Amino acid sequence: MSGEDKFDVIIIGAGPAGTACAYTLAKEGKNVLVIERGTAAGSKNVTGGRFYTYALDLVEPGLWEDAALERKVTHEQIMMMAGEQSITIDYSNPAFNKSGEMPQSFTILRAVFDEWFASKAEEQGAVIACGIKVDGLIEEAGRITGVKAGGDEMFADLVIAADGVNSMIARQAGLVPELSDKTIGVGVKEIIELPAKTIEERFHLKSGEGASLLMLGCTEGIHGGGFLYTNNESISLGCVFTPSEAASHGRQVHDIFQDLKMHPSIYPLIEGGKTVEYGAHLVREEGYRGIPKKLYRDGLMVIGEAAGFVLNIGYTIRGIDLAIVSGVAAARAVISGKNPGPAYFEELNNIKLLPSMKAVDGYFDLLEIHRLYETYPKVASGVFNKMYSISGETPVSIKKGIWGVLKDNKVSLWQLVKDGIRGYRSI
Amino acid sequence: MSIQQMEAAELLSLNRFEVDEEEPHIVLDKEICRTKCKSKPCLVVCSAVLYKLDKNGDITFDYAGCLECGTCRVVCKEKGITKWEYPRGTFGVSYRHG
Repeated sequence: MSGEDKFDVIIIGAGPAGTACAYTLAKEGKNVLVIERGTAAGSKNVTGGRFYTYALDLVEPGLWEDAALERKVTHEQIMMMAGEQSITIDYSNPAFNKSGEMPQSFTILRAVFDEWFASKAEEQGAVIACGIKVDGLIEEAGRITGVKAGGDEMFADLVIAADGVNSMIARQAGLVPELSDKTIGVGVKEIIELPAKTIEERFHLKSGEGASLLMLGCTEGIHGGGFLYTNNESISLGCVFTPSEAASHGRQVHDIFQDLKMHPSIYPLIEGGKTVEYGAHLVREEGYRGIPKKLYRDGLMVIGEAAGFVLNIGYTIRGIDLAIVSGVAAARAVISGKNPGPAYFEELNNIKLLPSMKAVDGYFDLLEIHRLYETYPKVASGVFNKMYSISGETPVSIKKGIWGVLKDNKVSLWQLVKDGIRGYRSI
Repeated sequence: MSIQQMEAAELLSLNRFEVDEEEPHIVLDKEICRTKCKSKPCLVVCSAVLYKLDKNGDITFDYAGCLECGTCRVVCKEKGITKWEYPRGTFGVSYRHG
């Protein structure tokens, strides 16, 4: 092994975590190689569809301004569905998108964004090698010293696994435990092309504005939910399911998702559109408690979703921003020249990633309340049905109506109180 | 063509795939799937619906349309999947939108 063949850092995976790390390291003059198995950065990646912008500003102030993002999110919507009924909450707050300031969040397509982001890391001097799959790590006397890929060996002072949710490499190294089919979600998604003007009319948006819509009650009772994000000239529509529950439910996740497309509250939003891509991806659902105990061993560090940095708290879902932040933290740890393991942990705290995740750890328990995924949307719709039904007959009082709805859905007052207390404690 | 329910195969035909004809990235031991695995979760959770049952009760599987999500790997408790790797570099699905 000659000195020239050795990199300061080899990063596995050119997703947001790997690229953010490479960008930051290369900017500081480190000799960085990123190895990506897809033909281009992002070509293996799928997201639901939104990104919180602050993370790019951590990489480089102002970098977001020419980022390959879709629409700034101006409308936050939650829809509860029960059969053909639906209840939608639409929240907007101009403070999230003040004129002349960085918008809080954008919708995003990963094949587009990741490729752009990787090109920015290249401009900083990182080498991004696409179309190469890392087959395994090289270990010498207990220390990771490099990677094996397609018969070649490459060496580095530090290897960083940014290889995503399945993280074959970090798991092989014993850092990341096996995923459980109870604490992940499988997401499926269609990209549906529509003219920008049609999207803006349907969602009441100005040019460049976007909507984010999360749906509850569209998974036939399976732990999970639907999502819809407006891109520049397409809509990302998808659904996430907990695999263990989908398996015992017995109906194909693909079929349940196809039903969602035809729902009377969804179909008019995508009508006339043309599906151009079908994607699927896993996502970790455990939040803080899913972060592996150790994110470093001699010569190897784990970042991004491989390290469990994903947050689903029901009304916001974050992953890309956390991945970028973890990549920056890892880079800062390396640049500090301190002992990488403890320095990485310190940076994850300094950059507020671990504290932010810990602060909402309880939401996992909230989202474990099973009645959220079918019963409560049905109860809510039942109550609205009572409120809005007028037939000319003498109505029963709303109070009585609510009791009737609870009874119809086999929810006792005791359960309601119990779930209420559990929910309150969780948040 | 407007929005309608679509079969998985039809949806997959919209994607860009480079199939590795020489080396399947997922390999099954169908004997294990047939004899040991009662629940066969792969039939339900594979978003691309690539796992199917034939009339003899054997699992059939075509790796060509795989979206590489990894769900089958995680739900496979009886280890009927004897190999699950990502496809070799440049092979498999290439998302244009993602």
